Amino acid sequence: MSNTATTETKPAAPAIEKIKVKVDGRELEVPKLMPDWQGKLVPTTMIQACELAKTDVPHYCYHPKLPVAGNCRMCLVEFGTPALGPDRKPVINPDGTPKIAKSPRPAIACATPISPGMEIYTQTPGVKQMREGVLEFLLINHPLDCPICDQAGECKLQEYSVDYGQSASRFVEPKVHKPKAVDLGPRIVLDDERCILCTRCIRFTKDIAGDDALGIVNRGSYNTLTAYPGKVFDNNYTLNTVDICPVGALTSKDFRFQMRVWFLKETKSICTSCATGCNIIVGSREEKVYRYTPRENDAVNACWMCDHGRLNYKWIGRADRLAEVRRQTSEGRSEKTTWTVALNEIAEKLKKAPHGSVAIVASARQTNEEFWLLKKLADKFGALTDSIGYFGEGDKLLLNVDRTPNRTGARLIGICQANVGIKMMVIADSIKVGKVKTLIVFGEDVTKSSLDAELLGKLDTLIVSDILPNETTKRAHYLLPGCAHVEKRGTFTNIKGRVQKFMKAVEAPGDARPEWEFLHDLVYNVTGQDGFLTIEGLFNEMAKDVPAFNGLTWAGLGDTGVTVPT
Amino acid sequence: MCPTIVNNVETLCDVKHIVALGGAEYAKLGTPNNTGTRIVSLSGHVKRPGYYEIETGKVTIGQLINDPAFGGGLREPEPGRPPRKLKAVIPGGSSAKVFKAGEKFKLKRKGPDGQMVEQEMDMLDLPYDFDSLIAAGSMSGSSAIIVMDDSVDIVEALANIAEFYAHESCGQCTPCREGSLWMSKALHRLTHGEGRASDADYLVKIADNIPGGRTICAFGEACSWPVQSFVAKFKDEFIAKGKADEERRAQGKIDPDTTPSQQHESATAH
Ligand code: SF4
Ligand code: SF4
Ligand code: SF4
Ligand code: FES
Repeated sequence: MSNTATTETKPAAPAIEKIKVKVDGRELEVPKLMPDWQGKLVPTTMIQACELAKTDVPHYCYHPKLPVAGNCRMCLVEFGTPALGPDRKPVINPDGTPKIAKSPRPAIACATPISPGMEIYTQTPGVKQMREGVLEFLLINHPLDCPICDQAGECKLQEYSVDYGQSASRFVEPKVHKPKAVDLGPRIVLDDERCILCTRCIRFTKDIAGDDALGIVNRGSYNTLTAYPGKVFDNNYTLNTVDICPVGALTSKDFRFQMRVWFLKETKSICTSCATGCNIIVGSREEKVYRYTPRENDAVNACWMCDHGRLNYKWIGRADRLAEVRRQTSEGRSEKTTWTVALNEIAEKLKKAPHGSVAIVASARQTNEEFWLLKKLADKFGALTDSIGYFGEGDKLLLNVDRTPNRTGARLIGICQANVGIKMMVIADSIKVGKVKTLIVFGEDVTKSSLDAELLGKLDTLIVSDILPNETTKRAHYLLPGCAHVEKRGTFTNIKGRVQKFMKAVEAPGDARPEWEFLHDLVYNVTGQDGFLTIEGLFNEMAKDVPAFNGLTWAGLGDTGVTVPT
Repeated sequence: MCPTIVNNVETLCDVKHIVALGGAEYAKLGTPNNTGTRIVSLSGHVKRPGYYEIETGKVTIGQLINDPAFGGGLREPEPGRPPRKLKAVIPGGSSAKVFKAGEKFKLKRKGPDGQMVEQEMDMLDLPYDFDSLIAAGSMSGSSAIIVMDDSVDIVEALANIAEFYAHESCGQCTPCREGSLWMSKALHRLTHGEGRASDADYLVKIADNIPGGRTICAFGEACSWPVQSFVAKFKDEFIAKGKADEERRAQGKIDPDTTPSQQHESATAH
């Protein structure tokens, strides 16, 4: 296997024939085939060609990652194709251009394949009028809920109303009334009056999540979205339907009424709840995280994430977050101290530690950079290192059995073996026999694994960094408050070897600092090696040093990461 | 899942002929380009409503209505009333665009010398075939002819048709789903004392946003063509009805027969 990092998980696809089309008079070449919702190459559609031409075609039911339904009719466009003479040869205009026969009927851009020489018209009065017509139809029975609707600000109905809406409704009939606040399942509430019946949620649930739970009952304008009778909408992917619902019909019980979306700061990040490493957006405001939403990455999670990962953020803002640097006095009292004091003392102690007397337990929730810095310490002291694995049931879509985000990184950097935790017993024995006197623990309550409180009591020095209090942090001689991933920058390596970076969304509480920062100080203190004050420099240096990451750069990771051989 | 074949009676009748005569002989029936037979289902205000099999294009609409072999003429008036007059004909199922009595069309037809000649023709003289009815702006469709005499309130007739289409729309695509019920609600209002003179234009504007390839299936055309054609051809009646309602409301008179349009909701919801 080559050691070169690639941005693709699959080998390069064979070259695809290009065809010429015109979008609103501008000629461009587009691939004859493009990926459909499953990534299969199929004839390119008008909407894909328009996207390549940077021409927006308004749409509701179309979603690039879902099978096409073609029901909303918002994407109707006019088009023409080269006229053929009786000899089946193109008819040529006097100026030498091919004569275009304009189709008498419009076509839905989301489902109509392009053909050579096709001309697509998205800005004609006819197209504008069709869009206005569809929008008017969608609005006549729509409740005027915007002031209390969670979708406000990211609603496609609002958005297109600005472009194609009438200032006043001419609808004077009574509206159709449908169920409001329908409890579809443990995490989802449905407002049927807001639903525009685009069936995105139905298609996602059936074709992506594989749980045929939703459907439409009744006919005509009385069409009503519902869960099948007796069925609870509670698979692990239900909240994706809230993301793809173009209006505010499906709402998340967790997020509804919490925050107006336009107040949220959006930060690119990675979910840490399993080894898949779904790309996410962290929505935060005033140092508080309000939601995670999936961020598109075709090499990892397409546009989706699981409910388990999405809702696993509340711990970040917990009141009992560790926010003080603490040290134990010689009398065994815990007192608050400063980073400078603690790091200097730790460095002094470590410098005196005999080779082989230090062990390190790292967390598979730490970043690649942090592992690399820990590895430097370990190499300096001939330390035993390991991590702890967390496993659960996986599924066929995204959720991985490995519930940590970076066990692969820990392995590639040499913190743990493929069989994570295998050295924990060795560490325990070494403490028992008095060989290991200093233990460094990051983000793990080791009393829950093989290192019980009694063993910890045998240590001369227990250095612990964590985020939340536990039995191990209680016993620490030095307690270093660390950061949640949303409070710092760094990279994880997912189960398939994709190295992905995440950015900082909120400030850490109190004195807590990113682990890479203080680890960096410590490594510098202990080894005297020159440091890298930025995460970029640190990452690039690591990439040079760790064979698996050779060739990577922080900048080169982009927003969606790079896959390395694992 | 097994596919289910659903056959029209008309199809089965055609099959019988084709099996008995052979395809070539069967194709000699009817008129050029409009071959074979059709089963006309004649309903409405004729003496002899029923199913009649004709050679396509060999019989006119007028003959179908008036010939003793077919409809036998308009039904008799109630005693002491003057004879009925023809008001309108829907020539090809309720979705086909309506013909108004006395409507004239200019049709291009093949003359005896084989040359195309333009010929003015009364609606009743249209041969009952596909091409002629399309040329006259409607269609032979399901070959169900609905005959309406002058006892018919044309607005009521359209309200009835619109209610049917609103009820039958599957609801899959936006224009038909929303437009069909909107038109039906407006017509319900107009036939229950809550009309407006502007409703004629209002209806056409709704209807114009539905057909012409905007919908998934032809039902979009089916629900909008009747509204477009009824209002276009009988506009004065729609305006008169709306105006009368406006005047009555202005005088504060409430017709005891009228039902508030709100009740329409529960009447068609299911
Ligand atoms: S609930 Fe939303 S996604 Fe589902 S059909 Fe309605 S509008 Fe579409
Ligand atoms: S599949 Fe894994 S990474 Fe993705 S959202 Fe769920 S827990 Fe997070
Ligand atoms: S046009 Fe056809 S598909 Fe669309 S709502 Fe009407 S009946 Fe359904
Ligand atoms: S986006 Fe094409 S029909 Fe809905």
